[in-house]
Amino acid sequence: MTTRTLAVISAGLRKPSSTRLLADQLAAGAERAFRQRGIDPVLDVTELRDHAQDLANNLLTGFPSPGLRSTVDRVLNADGLIAVTPIFTGSYSGLFKTFFDVLEDGSLAGKPVLLGATGGTERHSLAIDHAMRPLFAYLRALVVPTGVYAASSDWGATEQGQQALAERVERASNELADLVLNTGETARRDGPDEPVPFEQLLTGRTGEV
Amino acid sequence: MQFGVFSVGDVTPDPTTGRTPTEAERIKAMVAIALKAEEIGLDVFATGEHHNPPFVPSSPTTMLGCIAARTEQLILSTATTLITTNDPVKIAEDYAMLQHLADGRVDLMMGRGNTGPVYPWFGKDIRDGIELAVENYHLLYRLWREDVVDWQGKHRTPLQAFTSTPRPLDGVPPFVWHGSIRSPEIAEQAAYYGDGFFANHIFWPKEHFQRLIGLYRRRYEHYGHGSADQAIVGLGGQIFMRKNSQDAIREFRPYFDHAPVYGGGPSLEEFMDQTPLTVGSPQQVIDKTLTFREHFGDYQRQLFLMDHAGLPLATVLDQMDMFGAEVLPVLRREFAARKPAHVPEAPTHASRKAAAENERAEQARAKEAVTGGVQ
Repeated sequence: MTTRTLAVISAGLRKPSSTRLLADQLAAGAERAFRQRGIDPVLDVTELRDHAQDLANNLLTGFPSPGLRSTVDRVLNADGLIAVTPIFTGSYSGLFKTFFDVLEDGSLAGKPVLLGATGGTERHSLAIDHAMRPLFAYLRALVVPTGVYAASSDWGATEQGQQALAERVERASNELADLVLNTGETARRDGPDEPVPFEQLLTGRTGEV
Repeated sequence: MQFGVFSVGDVTPDPTTGRTPTEAERIKAMVAIALKAEEIGLDVFATGEHHNPPFVPSSPTTMLGCIAARTEQLILSTATTLITTNDPVKIAEDYAMLQHLADGRVDLMMGRGNTGPVYPWFGKDIRDGIELAVENYHLLYRLWREDVVDWQGKHRTPLQAFTSTPRPLDGVPPFVWHGSIRSPEIAEQAAYYGDGFFANHIFWPKEHFQRLIGLYRRRYEHYGHGSADQAIVGLGGQIFMRKNSQDAIREFRPYFDHAPVYGGGPSLEEFMDQTPLTVGSPQQVIDKTLTFREHFGDYQRQLFLMDHAGLPLATVLDQMDMFGAEVLPVLRREFAARKPAHVPEAPTHASRKAAAENERAEQARAKEAVTGGVQ
């Protein structure tokens, strides 16, 4: 059985957090979806709160600590990403954004991504489409059509509500699995890119009249 | 192996007293530090170039000319000269003039600067940064080597039959280093010309610079200037010493915590762990500096940052005395013992002049041999 790696990022702040709960459901959904397609996925979950200080330090110093560096490398080397944030003040949380702010430009280009978000009420559910999607469009990531938003009421007892969330999770997970398998394995990032030969950089700039 | 100090020239309040030096005090302090560098036997003093507060060194050759007049041995350099926003014609003239006044004790380090607004202040566009570094440096290179230059480019007015004066001393242009902390294009540029590559690695982890320096070395060999381990590499360093390492940490911590670059970020201990910063005993400075060679290979120039973050001049001079007495002799001995014979020293005016004379003699001999053969 071939395998694929999926990075899961949760920007929840509490322990336990409903954001992590949603991240786990999406991870489990993705695992089922990949298995149905004959693939054994490896899941790699990161709580960004564990890197909160490292992220602030990275903003100030311009480089990641060894721990953050290892997380960033694992996310960039994964075949797909599940990114889940709480919605604060109408948008993704600052902690969530900071993680993507410290990545090298272009490093998420072409990466299949499933977006999830949590909030107190359903009224913020469009934050996925109005805030998260533009961020990932800038990063040139490939975002699956279904984003999964879970409000407090989704975690409530009514069978109907729980069923609706489970259906969204399943649909999004299937979309992610299809996208990852159509995209192929992510090229591992090691070593510097080959330089642009200097003759090429110098072409037309030698000032010869 | 050359050792020296480089200064950013920041005017920063001393966090322990709240006192901010005046511009006049800071400028004179930089000169005093350069004189001290000569006194303790360092090889190089390099000044930054900045065009905004809180930095004072906007006019490097003025300062270096003043230092040249008061020193005999010290090599005067820059860290860095803005190749993007300075007119390459003016760089060619200024540094050739300095070369004559300093009897050849001049080299310089090209950089693109790290202050975005400098570009528009000098009529340039930051998006052209690499393009400017490439076009301007090539013009500078030609101005120092061709007596009469016809030139037409994108970023300055064309030149017709232009001669940059004074001509470089003894017909030997100043040696050039290219400084970069991020751009592979600049490592490639340094390799192409066979110039030096300076990696000011003081604020970042070594892994990043191992890739950049590795690229420069590989490409230096590719362009036929020598083997990869003969490429000319310079490194930064940042130190604060006391006899007892705990005293060094206690005294330096407030300066670290309020430093302009990393203040408010990681702890002093984390930063020491992840970057070349050494705060401790002279022996710890020696040990850490010797690891640079293990990480980056044999290299030619080691510059230390010793006067930033509001440290008072008296403390800096005291640090330099301690460095000269307890660290420098050991580093010289240890680096010399480790350097393989085929790895060159950093080029100087004297070595470049000798090499140029050899080359001319070689060409003359070759020409004679050819004409001799015909007869």
